[in-house]
Amino acid sequence: MNILVCLKQTFDTEERITIENGVVVEDGAVFVINPYDEYAVEEGIKLKEEHGGEVTILTVGPERVEASMRKALAMGADKGVWINTEDFDGDLDEHSIAKIIKATIEEQELEFDIILAGAMAVDDGSAQVGPRLAELLNIPHISTITKITVDGGNVVVEKDVEGDMEVIESKLPLLVTAQQGLNEPRYPSLQGIMKAKKKPLEEVEIDDLDIEEEEIEAKTKVLEIYLPPKKDAGKILQGELADQVTELVQLLKSEAKVI
Amino acid sequence: MSKKILVLADVREGKLRNVAFESLAAARLASEGGTVVAAVLGSFAKDHVDVLAHHGADEVVVVTDSKLDQYTTDAYFQAVKKIIETVEPQAIFTGHTAVGKDVSPRIAARLGFGLISDVTALEEVDGKLVFTRPIYAGKAFVKKAFKEDETVFATLRPNNIVALDADTARTATVTEVSVDFDPTLLRTIIKQVVKKATDGVDLSEARVVVSGGRGVKSEDGFAPLKELADLLGGAVGASRGACDSGYCDYALQIGQTGKVVTPDLYIAAGISGAIQHLAGMSASKTIVAINKDPEAPIFQVADYGIVGDLFVVVPMLTEELKKVLVGK
Repeated sequence: MNILVCLKQTFDTEERITIENGVVVEDGAVFVINPYDEYAVEEGIKLKEEHGGEVTILTVGPERVEASMRKALAMGADKGVWINTEDFDGDLDEHSIAKIIKATIEEQELEFDIILAGAMAVDDGSAQVGPRLAELLNIPHISTITKITVDGGNVVVEKDVEGDMEVIESKLPLLVTAQQGLNEPRYPSLQGIMKAKKKPLEEVEIDDLDIEEEEIEAKTKVLEIYLPPKKDAGKILQGELADQVTELVQLLKSEAKVI
Repeated sequence: MSKKILVLADVREGKLRNVAFESLAAARLASEGGTVVAAVLGSFAKDHVDVLAHHGADEVVVVTDSKLDQYTTDAYFQAVKKIIETVEPQAIFTGHTAVGKDVSPRIAARLGFGLISDVTALEEVDGKLVFTRPIYAGKAFVKKAFKEDETVFATLRPNNIVALDADTARTATVTEVSVDFDPTLLRTIIKQVVKKATDGVDLSEARVVVSGGRGVKSEDGFAPLKELADLLGGAVGASRGACDSGYCDYALQIGQTGKVVTPDLYIAAGISGAIQHLAGMSASKTIVAINKDPEAPIFQVADYGIVGDLFVVVPMLTEELKKVLVGK
């Protein structure tokens, strides 16, 4: 089975965000595999372990993303294709990224039975690239999955729908996006880390792709990035607990006006 | 210049969701006095025409095919594409819900549209629509716009844009659109739906959220929280700590991984307040923290804090609220 996994590198979720000159400061930040994409990597490796085949990691990003790709290889993926954007100075939005990934799949002649991606990235949180890519490739997609079983060409998936669960049947080829609860991503073993250093990691530049620059031009633009106003610490109530509770209810009623 | 704006009205189990009215309010703003067209999909679609008109629709497009009664990506995709091609709107709005998130990127990819997801505010600046959306789950915000001549397409986060008051004098014209579904493109089949969500109050749309952390200590520990949430018509949420400890389903998780919520009232019980959790709830209008540890970071974002054991404080709070709410 040929398995593709789309992986984005993001800030660690424990990082604070600072902004300088209108952009988010990256210096010194800890970068990780987007947590939802890590579920996708894990599930791709599990599918390979069960059905055989090969797991290819696809990542768009600057130089720093190599570390996250190597981690996915250390977990057990077989090879990586990295679309290096270090020297690309145009704007890229979700439309652009989906087009770039599709063009890369074609340019690299990557065959696939299944494509896995995270349900969203914890930085932009727009949840677009997976479904967009499926449409560009003319294959179905199922988003926010918490379980997948593949049997020959048939697929049964459990999908989280705002807390409810749907059991959905489909066929390969298929794109799925991973929701929390799909699996527990493994830690790379020491042996895995050693092996990962030698695994193939193909580097592609956007210029190498058979795609016109206008085709990947962003449809949207960023006007401003800013931090939310800092919230003042509130009121810690004092006195007997019973009195505190009475006071709280009064405050919720008359001051906050939320009940 | 007046415009034509399309709202894809969010429906859950045949009922309109509040975010459909919020989308209509956004559409009225964007239309600059032009036409707001609402589209409803499903055999029940005509039932919703009047209320959509009351909240701002001038025209309602209905697709009454029963293939659309339950959401599937491919059927919705075909219907929505047909509607867009029929209406030819300058802008499209829908909810950032399970449905909106799933179908909108596919539609955008097919039609070559940009898409701004999870919008929490929109405004008109010099004749252009400017969209505000959180990034890093609300640790920062970005203002975005579409480039010249691009079709505007946005999914709106429930509970953020204020719906217009219903004007029962308003009426709308009704247009029926029929879709010839391509059966070879209905590729995912729903075999079963398992209801797990708490009594139909969706976490992301709830006005009140009562959330538990590691401090709830067990699955049963959520019982007093659930009682409080039920009393207030709210939903129960959880921190990653509580989910990782197996006290509750991951579907309840609030944070940078998990859901981002912005209720009117957020009650955090036994939650210390890790950065990743704060990202998911600190934009709530009013925050109450209940924690044994006076140093817990959750108190830094709380409007009101009580230092104490949640198993003592939460039941007391429920009783006290009962007294106050009875008079209502």
